[in-house]
Amino acid sequence: MIATLQFTTLLLAVIVCRATQDYAYKDVEEPTLGDSQYGSLWPLPQKVEMSTVAFKLSGASFQIVDAKESSSGASCSLLQNAYRRYDEYIFPISRMQGQNKEKAFASDVSELQVWITSADSECDSYPSVTSDESYELTVDSPVAVLKAPKVWGALRGLETFSQLVYEDEYGAKSINRTEIQDFPRFAHRGLLLDTSRHFLPIKVILANLEAMAWNKFNVFHWHIVDDPSFPYMSRTFPQLSQQGAYHPYTHVYTPSDVKMIIEFARLRGIRVVSEFDTPGHTQSWGKGQKDLLTPCYSGASPSGSFGPVNPILNTTYDFMAMFFKEVSTVFPDAYIHLGGDEVDFSCWKSNPDIQKFMAQQGFGTDYSKLESFYIQRLLDIVTTTNKGYMIWQEVFDNGVKLKSDTVVHVWMGNKFEEELQKVTEAGFTTILSAPWYLDYISYGQDWQKYYKVEPLIFNGTDAQKKLVVGGEACLWGEYVDATNLTPRLWPRASAVGERLWSDKDVKDTNDAYSRLTKHRCRMVQRGIPAEPLFTGYCAHEYKGV
Amino acid sequence: MIATLQFTTLLLAVIVCRATQDYAYKDVEEPTLGDSQYGSLWPLPQKVEMSTVAFKLSGASFQIVDAKESSSGASCSLLQNAYRRYDEYIFPISRMQGQNKEKAFASDVSELQVWITSADSECDSYPSVTSDESYELTVDSPVAVLKAPKVWGALRGLETFSQLVYEDEYGAKSINRTEIQDFPRFAHRGLLLDTSRHFLPIKVILANLEAMAWNKFNVFHWHIVDDPSFPYMSRTFPQLSQQGAYHPYTHVYTPSDVKMIIEFARLRGIRVVSEFDTPGHTQSWGKGQKDLLTPCYSGASPSGSFGPVNPILNTTYDFMAMFFKEVSTVFPDAYIHLGGDEVDFSCWKSNPDIQKFMAQQGFGTDYSKLESFYIQRLLDIVTTTNKGYMIWQEVFDNGVKLKSDTVVHVWMGNKFEEELQKVTEAGFTTILSAPWYLDYISYGQDWQKYYKVEPLIFNGTDAQKKLVVGGEACLWGEYVDATNLTPRLWPRASAVGERLWSDKDVKDTNDAYSLAPQRETYSEPLFTGYCAHEYKGV
Repeated sequence: MIATLQFTTLLLAVIVCRATQDYAYKDVEEPTLGDSQYGSLWPLPQKVEMSTVAFKLSGASFQIVDAKESSSGASCSLLQNAYRRYDEYIFPISRMQGQNKEKAFASDVSELQVWITSADSECDSYPSVTSDESYELTVDSPVAVLKAPKVWGALRGLETFSQLVYEDEYGAKSINRTEIQDFPRFAHRGLLLDTSRHFLPIKVILANLEAMAWNKFNVFHWHIVDDPSFPYMSRTFPQLSQQGAYHPYTHVYTPSDVKMIIEFARLRGIRVVSEFDTPGHTQSWGKGQKDLLTPCYSGASPSGSFGPVNPILNTTYDFMAMFFKEVSTVFPDAYIHLGGDEVDFSCWKSNPDIQKFMAQQGFGTDYSKLESFYIQRLLDIVTTTNKGYMIWQEVFDNGVKLKSDTVVHVWMGNKFEEELQKVTEAGFTTILSAPWYLDYISYGQDWQKYYKVEPLIFNGTDAQKKLVVGGEACLWGEYVDATNLTPRLWPRASAVGERLWSDKDVKDTNDAYSRLTKHRCRMVQRGIPAEPLFTGYCAHEYKGV
Repeated sequence: MIATLQFTTLLLAVIVCRATQDYAYKDVEEPTLGDSQYGSLWPLPQKVEMSTVAFKLSGASFQIVDAKESSSGASCSLLQNAYRRYDEYIFPISRMQGQNKEKAFASDVSELQVWITSADSECDSYPSVTSDESYELTVDSPVAVLKAPKVWGALRGLETFSQLVYEDEYGAKSINRTEIQDFPRFAHRGLLLDTSRHFLPIKVILANLEAMAWNKFNVFHWHIVDDPSFPYMSRTFPQLSQQGAYHPYTHVYTPSDVKMIIEFARLRGIRVVSEFDTPGHTQSWGKGQKDLLTPCYSGASPSGSFGPVNPILNTTYDFMAMFFKEVSTVFPDAYIHLGGDEVDFSCWKSNPDIQKFMAQQGFGTDYSKLESFYIQRLLDIVTTTNKGYMIWQEVFDNGVKLKSDTVVHVWMGNKFEEELQKVTEAGFTTILSAPWYLDYISYGQDWQKYYKVEPLIFNGTDAQKKLVVGGEACLWGEYVDATNLTPRLWPRASAVGERLWSDKDVKDTNDAYSLAPQRETYSEPLFTGYCAHEYKGV
């Protein structure tokens, strides 16, 4: 985990400018990378006191164990799984070589004791937006102690502990005496992946959940279906994926797949929030569900193409009630994302039945009223399943009546600060994605742009700011699939990860560059092809092809 | 290869525009992809006549064989290797399952006969810029015939044959009756990879050589060393990589590695042109070779930092003579790329010894004269090794005297047409890279931009245009390593591949869009859609 270059803001400006000119690019100066006093910690904990006193960790004797006082014991598979995982991250080779315990050298730090302090460890629960992720970590000899009220904090602390371990000049695993108190700045730290524009194989999703945990993300926003394909296999309406997926069984997520992804995520303290976006973005739904979409007209007769969900038929709402009843049981999270973005009115306008309905309802020619009519009924349906919902900002903008616990998802790039102000003024909880559309790529170190975003910069009271519970990095699927998604996402999403976890004053890009360069090499060493930030190298390069 | 979307120029404009605004992106309309009459051929051959009559290929009985009349037989390992490779591409599963020959169904096309027509097949030679890559392919029942004067054309024709094979609706391997006559428009179709800014493991290089062959590229321009690191392990000066590589043995290319890469490339008809760029871009050389670089001064004393190669010491030229003597034997290609780009004069200017030398030579304060002085001597040295050389355009621009067979490499994005005009007017051979810097990424389908470049659009005589022997796609290494290089390169470089191989009138972007070579290319998607066989890695 060594690299040789340093970023300066000036340099970035030069690079970007050259890139635009497509000219004379090769003469960029390459400065030297500095070392952060915080080593390779990412995201930076809230409070770190690190001494220069270093202890050794022996691969043969070091162990992660439950503290005696812990409310969570050997029966907590979430923690046992985590111990195994982090043991392998810390000792990727020596353990595999099956060293002999008798021959082992003593560890200066022989144990990391994990101590769950509250009576209910939440070991078998699902994480939620109110989950306590705080922890305290004390690294000393002969014992390091990780204290956390709940398992969620223990997971975060294990990741931090593993990031403190480094190799000294002889390759010996070492860790400095350290005190850390840590908790997230924002409760919702999400990543959106889109499995409709391109199907993502299960193992790609799992690999990215793994990387999310390394960056202390805690929400996988699964944009599972959209216009191009419907890979979600519904038990109630199997024809949706049979007709609407790219392929009826090679390009679908079966109920078992979904279960596995949810459990894999839970074990890492990650919520899985599914999005079933309606009434727009539903072309693929129409293939397996007759009469769900609005027939578009060209003149007096149907054109053969279809528009958004048909909001004037009772069958539509019957379908939605059954469908979301299923979804609410398949996905245990307390929230469902209902979409509601970008509804194109032209098809509705062309349809004479819709026109008649508009007149009956007294909507005039204001089709946003028809949209709101649909969304309102959908929200009522979903409310009966006892789920909360998230919606894209248009639903709020159009004045649809929302439950007080609704989360409004701000995504439009123009003046997102104003939108946050409006949404929180109206008393709604909100999350931010507008500045973090990672599918927009450009030449150079764009992670800096994501890193420098301050979500609470808008004008508003303290109460308003508390309503901003977090944000999400979005990687829409037009140009990514299994071939390129992972390196395109990491370490760019890591910048968002630190912004959402660490204190607002953690914003020194030079320090961040140093830590992130090492963090990126660590991700590579753990098997994720995270792309380089700039010229340089990792001690352990990526071994895949 | 199936996908569900169609490109329109209008759509691209919309996407790019949205990306710039960083806003309202999600409402892009997604149209449907059409089918090209040429199936999945890429790059498109010069002349294709494809009938709708389809034949079956049986995995158990179909074989690629030497034609009886062929001048090249079973002793040509280049061809035997190629037969095995293409057999596996065509039948990735059935052969592995070890089907029983007796049980086999008859193939409508039972054989592809490969017929090398000229007396010297060049089977054991290295490819060169004058290698004949032409071939003729006739697919018919019961036998398909691939005729080529040399093995190089046979390699290209095998690739084309494999691209003609498709699966019918029952999954049966099929091929249509077809006549193809093909040859490259440009002789130099290169790809530059940079192993100095990030080290690239051997298997990454080999995987990309493989992908190059699928796209009929024939030059691997190996930008092997540069400022950040010196991974080339020199037998004569081992301290260069011991001191100058990122790591003295995990991040170097040993002589065996280099040999393997050259042979792997040769078997695919790909030249390996090494670049050892001087006098600039040499920071990493200085770590293992004392006194090679110019000491920079701050005021009256050395600052501790170093500039370009020191052009005023005899030791410099002694070193270069020995070094390039080695390079000329390690790399069999007839050309060495000597770089010569982007020399920063500030360090030279600061150094009093250099100043004195300038005065002695009567160069005044024109440091480009000093640069030319160095390059001139370097070229003379390399000439004694009997190699030709390629150089970046600055060397020509600065008026250095060049051998007549020098290849000038045009890379500056501004007005490359004017530069091509000037270089060819002066009678020099040239290759173009300026519009094909693939390290510059942007949102959307940028392959179109690379595809639409017409290298011969400049004003000049026919004789001048013949001097443009090709071009190279360049993927500089600042932001790529083993984690992301391959999907970033493919299929964007494929657009350059077709531009350099196919006829100049092959420029229908809609037709081109239904492209994308399959296999385990690790090749990123052009747009929303899917492949029947998705990437299985990670």
